[in-house]
Amino acid sequence: MYDIGKYYEASCAQEAVRLLQEHEDAEIISGGTDVLVKLRSGKGAGGTLVSIHEIPELHGVDRRPDGTLVIGPATCFTDLTNNPLIQECVPYLGEAVDTVGGPQIRNQGTIGGNICNGATSADSAATMQTLNAVMILQGPDGIREVPVTEFYTGPGRTVRAHAEVCTAILIRPEDYVGFTGCYMKYGKRASMEIATLGCCVRVKLSADKKTIEEARIGYGVAAPTPIRCRRTEALLAGRSADDPQIYDLIGEHVLEEVNPRSSWRASKEFRIQLISELARRALREAIARGKDGESHA
Amino acid sequence: METVGKSYKRVDAWGKVSGEAKYANDLMPKDCLQAKVVRSTIANGLVKSIDISEAQKVPGVVKILTCFDAPDIQFPTAGHPWSVEAAHQDVPDRKLLNTRVRQWGDEIAAIVAEDNVAAERAARLVKVEYEEYEPIVTVEQALAPEATVLHPDIRKDNVFAHNSFKTSPDYDYEEAKKKAVEKYGEENLIEVSETYRTPRISHCHLEVCTSWAYVDTNGKVTVVSSTQIPHIMRRVISQALGWPVGKIRVIKPYIGGGFGNKQDVIDEPLNAWLSIQCGGRPVCLELSREECVAMTRTRHACKGVVRGLATKDGKLLAREADIYTNKGAYASHGHAITSGITTNFKDIFHDEYGCRADGYSVYTTSAVSGAMRAYGVPQAAFLADSLADDLCYKGGFDPLKFRMDNCVPPGFVASTGITYYTYSLKECMRRGAEYIHWDEKRREYANQTGPVRRGVGMSFFMYKVGVYPISLETSSARMILNQDGSIQVELSATEIGQGADTVFSQMAAETLGFTMDRVYIISTQDTDVAPFDTGAYASRQSFVSGKAVKKCALKMRARILDYASYMLERPAEELMIWQNNICEKIHIPGGVKEEADPYADFLDAGVKEYDIHDLPNGEAAILRDTGVEKDVKPGKVLLSMKELSENAFYSLDRSEHITAEVTSHCKENTFASGCCFVDLEVDMPLGQVKVNNIVNVHDSGTLLNPQLAEAQVHGGMAMGLGYGLTEELLYNEQGRPLNDNLLDFKIPTAMDVPNLHVEFVQMDDPMGPYGNKALGEPPAIPVAPAIRNAILHATGVSMKEIPMTQQKLVAAFKEAGLI
Repeated sequence: MYDIGKYYEASCAQEAVRLLQEHEDAEIISGGTDVLVKLRSGKGAGGTLVSIHEIPELHGVDRRPDGTLVIGPATCFTDLTNNPLIQECVPYLGEAVDTVGGPQIRNQGTIGGNICNGATSADSAATMQTLNAVMILQGPDGIREVPVTEFYTGPGRTVRAHAEVCTAILIRPEDYVGFTGCYMKYGKRASMEIATLGCCVRVKLSADKKTIEEARIGYGVAAPTPIRCRRTEALLAGRSADDPQIYDLIGEHVLEEVNPRSSWRASKEFRIQLISELARRALREAIARGKDGESHA
Repeated sequence: METVGKSYKRVDAWGKVSGEAKYANDLMPKDCLQAKVVRSTIANGLVKSIDISEAQKVPGVVKILTCFDAPDIQFPTAGHPWSVEAAHQDVPDRKLLNTRVRQWGDEIAAIVAEDNVAAERAARLVKVEYEEYEPIVTVEQALAPEATVLHPDIRKDNVFAHNSFKTSPDYDYEEAKKKAVEKYGEENLIEVSETYRTPRISHCHLEVCTSWAYVDTNGKVTVVSSTQIPHIMRRVISQALGWPVGKIRVIKPYIGGGFGNKQDVIDEPLNAWLSIQCGGRPVCLELSREECVAMTRTRHACKGVVRGLATKDGKLLAREADIYTNKGAYASHGHAITSGITTNFKDIFHDEYGCRADGYSVYTTSAVSGAMRAYGVPQAAFLADSLADDLCYKGGFDPLKFRMDNCVPPGFVASTGITYYTYSLKECMRRGAEYIHWDEKRREYANQTGPVRRGVGMSFFMYKVGVYPISLETSSARMILNQDGSIQVELSATEIGQGADTVFSQMAAETLGFTMDRVYIISTQDTDVAPFDTGAYASRQSFVSGKAVKKCALKMRARILDYASYMLERPAEELMIWQNNICEKIHIPGGVKEEADPYADFLDAGVKEYDIHDLPNGEAAILRDTGVEKDVKPGKVLLSMKELSENAFYSLDRSEHITAEVTSHCKENTFASGCCFVDLEVDMPLGQVKVNNIVNVHDSGTLLNPQLAEAQVHGGMAMGLGYGLTEELLYNEQGRPLNDNLLDFKIPTAMDVPNLHVEFVQMDDPMGPYGNKALGEPPAIPVAPAIRNAILHATGVSMKEIPMTQQKLVAAFKEAGLI
């Protein structure tokens, strides 16, 4: 039995905001794959939960006429992976969230929770960074947009205020059209795993597939928050996609932009090795996919 | 044999798959109270005071008891048969609740409440004042002169026990080396001197440790527990409470795995005491996964400082080892496991001059080490097989040939007198090598370059089946004929997921001449009802308890035939039971022609042929008689078992309830053996190991149920993979466990386990009741060292410890200049 003091099921985002305002100890629950684990360990035991799980407009994926993808934060990982729009436009995001835990967790855990939880190890984090995803937050004072690259303030901490609810995650066409990419999750085993390191590399190749027009590099667990490696991205832009030296370039330069920590789970030295090696492999895969003509509409 | 040796579906398959099988907590009454143990938040020290005033105010709290309330009785917890010799008794070194805290999470108080939420709320409000001492996490810290002595009433320092085994009393490694230099010349010798380490791991059985207890109307305290050892638990609860054994009752329903953790008494005595303190109300004490991982029992972490000497052409000359195991806070199984490591390290190879192995069990302030699948031999195999392959690598000789040339010989007699009768170790190795294409792969992978490299490696083992003569082996069985001619079989050897109920049913059917559908095994053990057996541990049950089943079935068969003789008015000698019917017995002139022993070739020259009449006790006939006479066949059906049993129950002339009950004191023992061969690739820049092909080959005598046997091996191989690559219970400097959950304690998932190939070399063993030998534990032994040796072959890097985590591999490859 879980130690839950009060439980509210919000029917719309506005109601959720009101409930959060009314209960200072309240925590948002959707899939529960993080919140319930925390509760079980005694943190927040006896507290209040406000569920956003049954709010219909928070589910599903949509595309606006301008091409912007609108992802409902209460969409579970399985639904995201299997969503036709995700498969068409950002398949690597679907692949990334398909590495979360196991099938049961992916049926339950949500993309909004994955980001709002503030974990650097979240499997969507590296990819969302490279997508310049935009978080739509609805609070007592109205709605605001926060780029995911400015969303995190530290381990487990974000700019989301207590009474704010994430109502959508936006991905703009300029951030995905023409790109191919790949997320590499590194863990100690093949499933039921939290990333020791996560790396997403995406490229936009020229029409003749010979030049990297644009590259994007995102990491989870390479720093206390998910990060981008913009200086290395700039170095790759305009380089030949067939130049073997680009792999050393990425493998070496990303190390200047990361800040991994040593913990009992993995040493800093080991993470550095992974940061460099995964960047090389993810870049190779992203280019290979681009050359296969897999780029996304 | 008709029934034994066939792949019958598990008798409990349907119940377990459908969820209908009842486990301990499924049987809990609705009004059962819930208990929560309050655990210390320091690793080493003394509880000065406990303030429960705030905790008591939590609504729903029924009772809070602390270490200051608990009886001042120390008791042992090991699931060993009790010894009548004081020197061999398990060491009583813990109490129900302890004021002297010896590990982070030591049990210092207990809350009983209406539900677990109230119990947990109260537990968080208990305030404890400690006198704190330095944590002693490692063996090195425990052996330091300034270390606090953890059990001054038991031992003068933190060495719980030390033993020294030598192949001969005057053996000395340095002396042997001198002789070797004289004989072979120094330039023809290879020596390896290394320190190898194995980790502390958790069993991770699916069902957590749980029990519930109440006091019955007759004043008996009854404990329903997820245990492997109901009768031993009854004795231990009696010792812990200071109550007579007869006032204790233990019930063991289906359990969700144990792997040795439940061959120990965990919190059941505390659970019984809590119920007594609550006026006999039912109280459940279910541990969390975290408590199970770090606060029940673990496999001993082990450090082996070893040396080995061989000639340049691959002849093993001499070895020695000083082996230190981390015992943790309490004695649990005492020195038995460490002693097992030293013995097995010494015995698995034959050294020209000899071998010495010293073992030290050392108390530390960390999780208690106890029994876990294969009882010390996984550690021994890692030490022995790492040393062997490091010698081979240095000397440039083939690890398979090295083992063939230097392994334990046929007919080996251990210092305990246990004799290796049917010997298939070399045949297992031949089969494993053939499957993995050993010679071809050794050549193919010889000169690789690049970041991803492949290798083949192997490891082997021998394993004693039961514990006699080190300890008692005894078992009882009971059979009852039902009115419909079916039979009930009752034992206290326990089904713990390994398939015991199924193979016992097969044995009973075999010897009685019944079909499987007429045999009902009683799966639940209730110590008030079930005959005595020490339980499920070692790999003893099909061997030791199997003898009780056979002996009981023979007695039962004689009683049935005696009644049939009365009914049919014919001598019993003219009758036999065949497929649930009494038939005429027809003698075949000259008997059935014995099949030629297909494995005769494997018996290397010099093996002492076993003779059943030379067996150490007088029960030779029973040992070899599977109950099926070889020179007879069934003739005309004379009477069905239903007709017979109806008469036996209700006859006005001769009413007789046909039952049988026997005790089988097993004084036989032998060795099983086997090996693992693995073909893998190592992605060096990422430190990742991918097993491409793996095989375990087992010499476990005649298989009782081939399908179950294979499944048994699959499980063990998966455990071995985790042991070799990912599993390790870690502590911080304060002595607090870091990864006591299934996210951070990395057992392999289905996605991590490759296809597992299994082969058997079946020889009919003269010691086993149906030609069978040990299989339960052995599969977990050879996988980790085989992987280790394959990595050595692939990369030339000799890993000194398991688990060979990605991080450790990357560090080693960097050090070797490979990445």
